[in-house]
Amino acid sequence: METAISSERVTAPGSGATPAIELVGAAKRFRTPSGDVYTALHDFSLSVHRGEFVSIVGPTGCGKSTTLSLISGLAPASAGEVRVMGEPVTAIGKQLGYVFQGDVLFPWKSVMGTVSAGLRFRGVAKREAQERAREWIAKVGLSGFEDHYPHQLSGGMRKRTALAQSLITSPEILLMDEPFSALDVQTRTLMEDELLELWSSTSASVVFVTHDLEEAIALSDRVCVMTAGPGTVKGIYDIDLPRPRHVSEIRFDTRFVELYRDIWENLRDEVLLSYERAKSNG
Amino acid sequence: MASLAHAALDEGVAAARIKVRRHKQLVMVLRIAFAVVMLGSWEILSRTKTIDPFFFGRPSEIGHKIWVWATVGTPDGPLWEQVRITMEEALLGFGIGVGAGIVFGLALGRIRLLAEVLGPYIKAANSIPRVVLGSIFIIWLGLGLPSKVALAFVLVFFVVFFNAFQGVREVNEDVIANARILGANRRQVTTQVVLPSALTWIIASLHTSFGFALVGAVVGEFIGSIHGLGHLIAFAQGTFDTNGVFAAMFILAVIALGAEFLITALENRLITWRPSRRDEVAL
Ligand SMILES: Nc1ncnc2c1ncn2[C@@H]1O[C@H](COP(=O)(O)OP(=O)(O)O)[C@@H](O)[C@H]1O
Ligand SMILES: [Mg+2]
Repeated sequence: METAISSERVTAPGSGATPAIELVGAAKRFRTPSGDVYTALHDFSLSVHRGEFVSIVGPTGCGKSTTLSLISGLAPASAGEVRVMGEPVTAIGKQLGYVFQGDVLFPWKSVMGTVSAGLRFRGVAKREAQERAREWIAKVGLSGFEDHYPHQLSGGMRKRTALAQSLITSPEILLMDEPFSALDVQTRTLMEDELLELWSSTSASVVFVTHDLEEAIALSDRVCVMTAGPGTVKGIYDIDLPRPRHVSEIRFDTRFVELYRDIWENLRDEVLLSYERAKSNG
Repeated sequence: MASLAHAALDEGVAAARIKVRRHKQLVMVLRIAFAVVMLGSWEILSRTKTIDPFFFGRPSEIGHKIWVWATVGTPDGPLWEQVRITMEEALLGFGIGVGAGIVFGLALGRIRLLAEVLGPYIKAANSIPRVVLGSIFIIWLGLGLPSKVALAFVLVFFVVFFNAFQGVREVNEDVIANARILGANRRQVTTQVVLPSALTWIIASLHTSFGFALVGAVVGEFIGSIHGLGHLIAFAQGTFDTNGVFAAMFILAVIALGAEFLITALENRLITWRPSRRDEVAL
């Protein structure tokens, strides 16, 4: 059994090993239906160390989801380099978990079927997959709901299911795309704490996308601020708050407030710019 | 206090249940009344010669006809034999049509190049008035079972195919991406994500397509055969036996309703994960 090692968790930036994730001058262009080329991501460079928790914040439409799709291998970069564990990304990563922005649970699978799906796809026998799924269902606090279908679960329970589904394959890389943005504030804070606890017992490197700066600071080792689209890195901030953290309390920490003020200073212009654009586009 | 409140709540629920049951009974009674009024006025209008019984038949005579067919036999032989023949043709055409429709729908939905190449041809084939093909099938395949099965097949195939194809196209991209991230290969995505997603669409098409299978079999028999319910209709028409035509129609309607019932049962079995109707009943 894993034991929580959260307090002495080692995140060793630049500790010799190749970074878990490296994007160097990455760009992504889309062809629009009218035939034009739209640049969603432009000259984006970021590296995430092994076991590190990095958040990406930026206004809506700045290319956050696009960045995750490049790292995951779901979509190829139009230019630049994307490497995971030192290897260029050419296909979907095998050691990768991805919690999607929308609701992507299979409506026809029960919680048990959903959580064990990753193991079953990878050829693990049904009995073993279900046993391990049962453990993960317990870890995310859904014991007793194994036979429930998504439409019978609350939003928070659905996200817990999605989280267990992603974590059961023990990913080295965990990508999370605004996983909690659709939840109410209380549920959200609970889930953030649970995420930190679950993560602390793994060695996963996390890229967490959000448009909520508070959430980004509370969870992360570093926060990457993006410009309004076409997205690129505007600034990267070290979050030197001690772990283990309690998301509900850390917001009142003076250092947290300081960091928030610094980063918001930088982020605000991008949010305003994005807002102005959205307004002028109707 | 709490138990009192509980009792009041239980009472409320019980009262609501009774209300639902009463409503159901009312609907049933009104349905039967509707049938009685319709058939009754048909009978009376026909007996008083307000409408010509030669052209419009008469419910009591139709009932009698079915009774005679069932007990004595039809001009083509025993009634159940005619029903069996028509059902066999319809079910064969239905089964093959559904199978082929699903396979082609999945294939064209999943393989873009295939859809681009074959798409126009399938659209063209679909625009042919397919009942006309019945004549060709009879020339090709003779008066026996194969020509009826072929006609039922073409009628069923396109309905199921277009639904399956559309169902595949409607599958959420992110749901597929999620499965791929979780380690699903292309085949697993098709069978374990795309097919179950498209299943609601496919099953919806079964309701209409079984009716089409029956149409295919009956029209095929009508155009050229020596037995079956379609031939019974053709024979009745040839002898100006209006009641015979209505009697065969009635039997076909019963078969279609029975099939509809079975398909709904299948649907409820296969799609257990859907919010059940019970959830929607307001108490
Ligand atoms: N498949 C696509 N085709 C065309 N444009 C896209 C596609 N995916 C994303 N975009 C565009 O790229 C921009 C960035 O999208 P996204 O990465 O989803 O933003 P974010 O997640 O930061 O809100 C948006 O303007 C979006 O409309
Ligand atoms: Mg997004």
